[in-house]
Amino acid sequence: MAASDPREPKSSADEFVRRRRGRNYALLAVLIALVVLFYALTILKRAGLQ
Amino acid sequence: MSDVSVDRVALAPGGEVRDYVALLKPRVMSLVVFTGLVGMVLAPGSLHPVLGFTAILCMAVGAGASAAINMWYDRDIDAVMARTRDRPLPAGRIEPGAALGLGIVLAVGSVLLMELAVNLVAAALLALTIGFYVFVYTMWLKRRTPQNIVIGGAAGALPPMIGWAAVTGDVTLASVALFAIIFLWTPPHFWALSLYRAGDYQRAGVPMLPVVAGARETTRQMLIYSVLLLPLTLTPYALGVVGVRYAVAAAVLGLGLIALALRVRRDAGERAAKQMFGYSILYLFLLFALMMVDKVRVGVA
Repeated sequence: MAASDPREPKSSADEFVRRRRGRNYALLAVLIALVVLFYALTILKRAGLQ
Repeated sequence: MSDVSVDRVALAPGGEVRDYVALLKPRVMSLVVFTGLVGMVLAPGSLHPVLGFTAILCMAVGAGASAAINMWYDRDIDAVMARTRDRPLPAGRIEPGAALGLGIVLAVGSVLLMELAVNLVAAALLALTIGFYVFVYTMWLKRRTPQNIVIGGAAGALPPMIGWAAVTGDVTLASVALFAIIFLWTPPHFWALSLYRAGDYQRAGVPMLPVVAGARETTRQMLIYSVLLLPLTLTPYALGVVGVRYAVAAAVLGLGLIALALRVRRDAGERAAKQMFGYSILYLFLLFALMMVDKVRVGVA
């Protein structure tokens, strides 16, 4: 069996993992941003109600 | 068969993050955000910056949701047209179901957040915008009538009304005037594009006006809309929302649009149509930027 060529494109499994990691990081950033936004909105609404 | 081989067969790589961003049509989103922001600035009263940011975010996300659902529905014709065939769905980088799911989640989420954080009127207008774009424009009109972008343009014209309603909680004549400006601007803008993309639309079976009625009739209607637009752009001044500086600039910009429409009428070639398309984008941007600047300057004085 021939040794794998390092210049060979990544396998679809590697590509799958890389893209999934990218999507997961993006989702994490969105969720953190939403937590910050909802926190700020809650503080604001409570202050408005007082 | 090795495990790696199994993976190669079983795992579709899925889209990159940038594919999901492209699915939300960020350039269209930026116009929605801008016109919505101008609506908020022009509205009488004020809004806490966090609430203002939330309203803008909801409008942007709602626009992105509409775009994702539009791309899901139109993936068959997008694959035929040169302008759209590299979009994430026809290019196979995102699964159709994932695009639809993302669109629905973002649509529902943006409307709910608008209602919870801002007000019911703004949320209702946002829901109307998304629903109109998806059901009336994309699913009903786009493939059936050359008036598709005339009527469907209402969806793109609503953001300033949403911005206005986010501040005031109501719909007024002035916010309807902002809506009407974008509504009348849309046909000459899109028909300029479809003049030099007529072949694309014909292949895809989309009955854009140049395909159905020809370039001559299209340029005639572009001129009519451009002429009607000029007095309409003066209504924010007539209603006391902005000052005379805006009115003068709007008249000059409007004359420029009419001049280009006349030029396209004389020569419906690709170059003139492209110039009209490019100018129409600049025209709307400058018009709304001038309104905002005028309002801020008058407000400071």
